[in-house]
Amino acid sequence: MFAYLVRRLLYAVPILIGVNLLTFALFFMVNTPDDMARMQLGVKRVTPEAIAKWKADRGYDRPLFINSAASGVGIVTETIFFDKSARMFVGDFGRAEDGRDIAREITARMGPSLAIALPSFLLGLLVTVSFALLLTFFRASYLDFWGVVLCVAMMSISTLFYIIGGQFLVSKVWRLVPISGYGAGLDAWKFVILPVAIGVIAGIGASARWYRTIFIEEIDKDYVRTARAKGLSEWSVLFRHVLRNGMIPILTGVVVVIPLLFMGSLLSESFFGIPGLGSYTIDAINAQDFAVVRAMVFIGSVLYIVGLTLTDLSYTLVDPRIRFE
Amino acid sequence: MMAFPIALLSVLLLLSACGSEQNDPYPVSERGRNIFYAAFTDRPKHLDPVQSYSENEIIFTAQIYEPPLQYHYLKRPYTLIPATAETVPKPRYLDAQGHELPSDAPAATIAYSVYEIRLRPGIRYQPHPAFAVDDAGKPQYHPLDRARLAGIEKIADFPKTGSRELLADDYIYQIKRLAHPRLHSPIFSLMAERIVGLNELGKSLHAAARTLPADAWLDLDQYPLPGVTRVDPLTYRITLHGKYPPFVYWLAMPFFAPVPREVDRFYGQPGMAEKNLTLDWYPVGTGPFMLTENNPNSRMVLERNPNFHGETYPCDGDADDRAAGRLADCGKPLPFIDRAVFSREKESIPYWNKFLQGYYDASGISEDSFDQAVRLAVGGDVQLTDEMRQKGIRLLTSVRASVFYMGFNMLDPVVGGLSPAATRLRQALSIAIDEEEFIAIFMNGRGIPANSPLPPGIFGYVEGQAGINPVIYDWEGDAGNGRPRRKPIAVARQLLAEAGWPNGRHAATGDPLVLYLDTTASGMGDKSRLDWLTRQFAKLDIQLVVRSTDYNRFQDKVRRGAVQLYYLGWNADYPDPENFLFLLAGSEGKVAKGGENASNYVNPVYDRLFEQMKNMESDGPHGGERLAIIRQAVAVLQHDAPWIFGSHPKSYTLSHQWLYNRKPTDMGNNTLKYQRIDVERRQALRQEWNRPVWWPLLAMAVGLLLIILPAVFAYRRRERGTAR
Repeated sequence: MFAYLVRRLLYAVPILIGVNLLTFALFFMVNTPDDMARMQLGVKRVTPEAIAKWKADRGYDRPLFINSAASGVGIVTETIFFDKSARMFVGDFGRAEDGRDIAREITARMGPSLAIALPSFLLGLLVTVSFALLLTFFRASYLDFWGVVLCVAMMSISTLFYIIGGQFLVSKVWRLVPISGYGAGLDAWKFVILPVAIGVIAGIGASARWYRTIFIEEIDKDYVRTARAKGLSEWSVLFRHVLRNGMIPILTGVVVVIPLLFMGSLLSESFFGIPGLGSYTIDAINAQDFAVVRAMVFIGSVLYIVGLTLTDLSYTLVDPRIRFE
Repeated sequence: MMAFPIALLSVLLLLSACGSEQNDPYPVSERGRNIFYAAFTDRPKHLDPVQSYSENEIIFTAQIYEPPLQYHYLKRPYTLIPATAETVPKPRYLDAQGHELPSDAPAATIAYSVYEIRLRPGIRYQPHPAFAVDDAGKPQYHPLDRARLAGIEKIADFPKTGSRELLADDYIYQIKRLAHPRLHSPIFSLMAERIVGLNELGKSLHAAARTLPADAWLDLDQYPLPGVTRVDPLTYRITLHGKYPPFVYWLAMPFFAPVPREVDRFYGQPGMAEKNLTLDWYPVGTGPFMLTENNPNSRMVLERNPNFHGETYPCDGDADDRAAGRLADCGKPLPFIDRAVFSREKESIPYWNKFLQGYYDASGISEDSFDQAVRLAVGGDVQLTDEMRQKGIRLLTSVRASVFYMGFNMLDPVVGGLSPAATRLRQALSIAIDEEEFIAIFMNGRGIPANSPLPPGIFGYVEGQAGINPVIYDWEGDAGNGRPRRKPIAVARQLLAEAGWPNGRHAATGDPLVLYLDTTASGMGDKSRLDWLTRQFAKLDIQLVVRSTDYNRFQDKVRRGAVQLYYLGWNADYPDPENFLFLLAGSEGKVAKGGENASNYVNPVYDRLFEQMKNMESDGPHGGERLAIIRQAVAVLQHDAPWIFGSHPKSYTLSHQWLYNRKPTDMGNNTLKYQRIDVERRQALRQEWNRPVWWPLLAMAVGLLLIILPAVFAYRRRERGTAR
């Protein structure tokens, strides 16, 4: 397994370089350093000299990829790409274009993001798996039929509708929790409860329907018949046998998401005023802050690779036949 | 499945034990306290007075920093009064040899203007660790190394603070910071042309910064600035090249607020910037408030500065102020509130609902909530809806010191130039585009049509018949009670024909007239506006091609003069006509000079008039003469029509009945100190408006049970049933 992990780690390096290259190329295809300077300096009274100074101060006055004026390795290293990207591989994200330290911002915003994402994920998983097993138990009955109809209806509704509808009903009409905002420490829970509930409810339709399909495939297999023949209760059959054997396709979709929980939710954080990493990314894109966009894409890529590796590892836990050779 | 609703119910039942206002977004400990609550949408980028230039930043910086001057809160037209200065300085004029000239000397003879500013004694800074000294009187926190900074994450983590008296040196230091090569002040270029020696200082500092490490502190005291000198500890003198009357308005902006050298040195220490311990993050000032919590992602908190000097509420106001109760607090010490909490709201729906619930004391009106807040009565009067009136919400409206316009690129071969044909084409379009309709449909009536670049409240704006744009409007009725009426479309068609495009086709070739509008509008909401605009052009049989682009490309095209028609706007920096009329000065041509004249309009007659008026004062003996020149200049613009003068937007703000002394202002931003809150009233109304409704939760729980119980019974029946 160690050799497998090392191999995956080595694969990650060219992937991350490629992601960086792509982000860099796409970003600078849309925004030039001059555009970035203007965005930071404002639209009023910005002179060409001020733009040139801003670029020089931040190293954006260099060529993007190839510095033909330099010599030796400087042709590659004395470029914006190398200067801005190489440092991230040693964990130095640098400063945002407004001068603020990116690593500190990420650290500060990770908590609020996780406060929403983690309970939504865990509760969501619990509710959807339970609901899918329930539908499996009542398969081919009116409960199953209307359960699937409900799932289709729920997955057809936009997340935004759940958010706005939830805010309207729970916060405005019933006045039970704040409509938006965030508090530090224990104060956070009253702000978190509604986005978490909405996150769970919004995810039920698609996930439960998908899990139900997986479980129904399992439910008619021989080992299930054997388990029933042994006299096990249906509860034990479902939760101890069917669930465990249905875990591999579920894990494929679930474990990969776990590290990405750190990245937060773009929509929920924006509507609920949660100061997390999702809203940080959106703000950076709107402000054309390449330093932050680059850092967030890099972290997202790293987390995705970690998620995929964890997914592979998790297979060995649920299926002893799988070995990393 | 049962676990979730039961858990939810348990949590909510737990909530019910916490008090009546379950949806209160603020800590219970804040209830009943003298705290002002508001929201902000965009996070402020800069709080350093040398860089901050945005509206979303000045709501904070204006409460913290004190430039020498400020605007009178109630007086209109806007009037400058002293803030930390003893008086509003009057410039002395000198010729090239340094001889004093009379105040009415011709501008051409004036080589230098000297502004001497005397500060009031006894003004002290907010408590801050940069001022803390040890027993020996040496700075407590300088020098600091990384080891001593190890446990420090925010300014409040420094155990000791200090304060000291405001000195003239602090203002001088800040003016030098305008030239700092790493701070990129947006007004450096402008001021470098005006303040004697600032340009040279910029070059010296730039050279010095290149010899130092990237984060090293640059001691500005080592670099002289001959145009700004200390007369005595409380007096400093600024010398400008030539005559520049609007300079006095700049002295009311945070760019000219004091920054003490020890604060700059404190923040310049190694390791500070990595922890966001910078002046850009933690401002230091003498103003009524100090920033105690800076989390621009979530909330910003201002608290009363315990060292604030004894300023009192103004007693001069007009009849409207008296009627609105804005003079009731005359002579009382400022500020009234202890704390101001600004929460970030990125979306308009939560913002609006929290205002209605009483959790924000004031709010603007977004397009989404306009119909809920305001209705237009017959005759165009604006009234609050019944729901708003029942809540005792007050509406404040004012025309903003701004102009939004459609510009013609005067370098364009079709619509540009000062030839009679091109001028008539622009005039025809100015008549055809019905701004009144646009304001009614797309701005919910929140604006007035513009007749010139000058908005109401700015010297030179003329109301009534004398103020209309005669190219576009006729006056209907008598001079006193009439109103402007847009000229008929037939007039526009006639002008178009005279321009060589009868019925929208070239008189010689018969080619259709196709015009191109570059715009950043491309969303779904913009389609109806652009369709409307296309129809306006179609009135003259002109085809309009809309070229939507992103903001960067748009800016780039404007800079290169690669547009034909475009939309832009301008918000006033200061209440002087120069700040609007310069937008069409030849010296500001976008393509030729990189200035703010995006239309690249050059008319020597206008430029001469502009140069004349910009060096004159509105309130002096030559005020009448200046007004006459402005009217001539405006007449030239109305004839040449380099812009279709669009509109001056109206600002609509709402405030709750417990908030007093609100008055809309576009210039003075340090308004927080004048606001007063009736805390008891607010608390009582919040309770009344936010009683929680519990029955839907119980109904939901019962409903879930009714769904789940049959499943449970079915399960049990199946488990106990015999095999079939």
